[in-house]
Amino acid sequence: MGFFKKLKDKINNQTDQVTDKFKDGMEKTRDSFTSKVNDLVARYRSVDEEFFEELEEILISADVGVETVMTLIEELEMEVKRRNIKDTSQVKEVISEKLVEIYYDGDDESIEEINLNENGLSVILTVGVNGVGKTTTIGKLAHRLKSEGKNVVLAAGDTFRAGAIDQLEVWGERAGVGVIKHSEGSDPAAVIYDGIQAAKSRGADVLICDTAGRLQNKVNLMNELAKVKKVISREVEGAPHETLLVLDATTGQNAISQVKTFKEVTDVSGIVLTKLDGTARGGIVLAIKNELDIPVKFVGLGEQMEDLQPFDAHQFVYGLFGDLMQEESNES
Amino acid sequence: MAFEGLADRLQGTIKKITGKGKVTEQDVKEMTREVRLALLEADVNFKVVKDLIKRIKERAIGQEVLQGLNPGQQVIKVVKEELTELMGGEQSKIAVANKPPTVIMMVGLQGAGKTTTTGKLANHLRKKYNRNPMLVAADVYRPAAINQLETLGKQLDMPVYSKGTEANPVDIAKEAIDQAKEDHKDYVIIDTAGRLHVDEGLMDELQQIKDTVQPDEIFLVVDSMTGQDAVNVAESFDEQLDISGVVLTKLDGDTRGGAALSIKAVTGKPIKFAGMGEKLDQLEAFHPDRMASRILGMGDVLSLIEKAETDVDEKKAKEMEQKMKDASFTFEDFLEQMGQVRSMGPLDELVNMMPGANKMKGMKNMQLDEKQIDQVEAIIQSMTKKERVEPDIINASRKKRIASGSGTSVAQVNRLLKQFNEMKKMMKQMMGGKKGKKKGGLNFPFM
Repeated sequence: MGFFKKLKDKINNQTDQVTDKFKDGMEKTRDSFTSKVNDLVARYRSVDEEFFEELEEILISADVGVETVMTLIEELEMEVKRRNIKDTSQVKEVISEKLVEIYYDGDDESIEEINLNENGLSVILTVGVNGVGKTTTIGKLAHRLKSEGKNVVLAAGDTFRAGAIDQLEVWGERAGVGVIKHSEGSDPAAVIYDGIQAAKSRGADVLICDTAGRLQNKVNLMNELAKVKKVISREVEGAPHETLLVLDATTGQNAISQVKTFKEVTDVSGIVLTKLDGTARGGIVLAIKNELDIPVKFVGLGEQMEDLQPFDAHQFVYGLFGDLMQEESNES
Repeated sequence: MAFEGLADRLQGTIKKITGKGKVTEQDVKEMTREVRLALLEADVNFKVVKDLIKRIKERAIGQEVLQGLNPGQQVIKVVKEELTELMGGEQSKIAVANKPPTVIMMVGLQGAGKTTTTGKLANHLRKKYNRNPMLVAADVYRPAAINQLETLGKQLDMPVYSKGTEANPVDIAKEAIDQAKEDHKDYVIIDTAGRLHVDEGLMDELQQIKDTVQPDEIFLVVDSMTGQDAVNVAESFDEQLDISGVVLTKLDGDTRGGAALSIKAVTGKPIKFAGMGEKLDQLEAFHPDRMASRILGMGDVLSLIEKAETDVDEKKAKEMEQKMKDASFTFEDFLEQMGQVRSMGPLDELVNMMPGANKMKGMKNMQLDEKQIDQVEAIIQSMTKKERVEPDIINASRKKRIASGSGTSVAQVNRLLKQFNEMKKMMKQMMGGKKGKKKGGLNFPFM
């Protein structure tokens, strides 16, 4: 069975609605990627060194990262030799197959669900650099969990940035969940502590903690984050159940450094990839999963409350190659 | 995957060709491959990289190797020159309208840092030019964006014009300017909502604001961590709005910031300012030459090359390197080195230029103020020839003599002796090529 067919079968098992969200959200991404690959395939009749060189550029332009691209191209070259592929159009399929393979790397290929404590309070900590969309993501996540019937409370742990608390409150109103806050400039660990107590006394299912954006090379700010995490672990057993690093899809190679440092300090368990509805392709997540083994759990595909979707590498690659697959099945 | 600087990347290639008199085509090919990877890892757009590499190749092939530089450094020099040229000179001037107020529009993607930069820019205008700006909250979409700007206004004690989230951004901008005229404000900075460059509706809105208020400056605010997509973003904003300059934010992070190069290359517009922290006074003029070095990941090794090029006698440097290697380095050599190094400029500046110098053990605590260097010089000059070559013979009475001869104390003489020994050890380590710490090949006289 061809890989495109397998991929399509996988996706057919999911609701059309989700697939459509991905397709629509990643439209810009897909357009440029697909046309580039198609253009490449059209211009080269045979699979030669130059072909691979251009393919390398296309992948690099998706922020996949030099090292990962080099590995990928090497494997592709081997695969092409092994299967004795001469026609460039056949390579398309191998490319997407390899991309999915890089992401999963032998792991179970099911979607990584968000990790929640089924009996009792679950705490989700969100971290990341400035401007990636932490507060917005929390709003969307709160909406999502609430519509699943969960009782959700938010803690306004970003006490630094002007207007951050107000912003979270607006999202709290939109999603219809409570927000625990202190005033601007207060100790974030204290806000989170209060958030936990409030969530406990309200019998909430999930507490989502916002934190101020911080660049990963700011030691003091990272120490502050470690303290916040310590408070959470001390107050709730097994918490935080999920530490989500929010990552802007437009970010380049610095994302690796972000993930590494935040992982050291807060033991990041999953990534939320935001702003994937632009032309950025977020290819860096392939490198992150491959090098650091942290899965992407959600992607942000727009500004609406519903625009946060669970991540599925098949969907992601489908988003990149959807039109290619369409053509493929028309041909056959 | 730690980012490898270009200097590290080039080490292997350099070794092969050290000693050659000319850079051959094959050498250049190998080195430009490394340059290409370094630039791509720094997030410079691949198309920009392609053009650059082409030019670098053309320039580098067949060049005579300059005295005092190895072929690797020579290629780095060409790369640096190309990058600096592409980046242009420093331009942090802000327009002044013939008839006040001068209107500045801030645009960019979500999360780039527009609102914070708006506050910083206003602060800059007041502090540096003694201006009297008014801020305008035209981001009616993001929750609490207006509150954020109002909070910044309070912190700066500056007026913020807002009309809530129901008003039309075009009307807000227009009315704000009328208000500014009435209040005799000389600058108006309009904070617009973050938007994707592919969002036609919102891009049209910016166009309308532009047509209505006729801004004197349109600054595109870009996150310095942006990857390959930076070209698309900059190109779209520039095409639609004809931006007048760029502000690069979050440069206090550890990103290489290759986006800067991409943006400059596709728009030709100057990068005027850099955001260097979360505080409102942390906006600096953008230095293209520093950025070029940063993208290459080599500290300011480049400036060092330039200095070495003019000031260092290659042959002497080689001798010195050998001496460091076998630890036969003496106070006599030290004195000579100090003379050479000092002719290159202030010492602490030189040390800071060395990549990784701050992290180097011993180097961090080494006091490098000029006055102390004078004292060191005096102490060494008070030693006999023999003492300078064999410092081990310096006993208590010799120390006393040296101290009084140089106008220092025995404790200071002791300290220098100790530091000298440590330095010798360190040099040996560095020159001997301890695993992972290899800095060979960059044969600077004081290393």
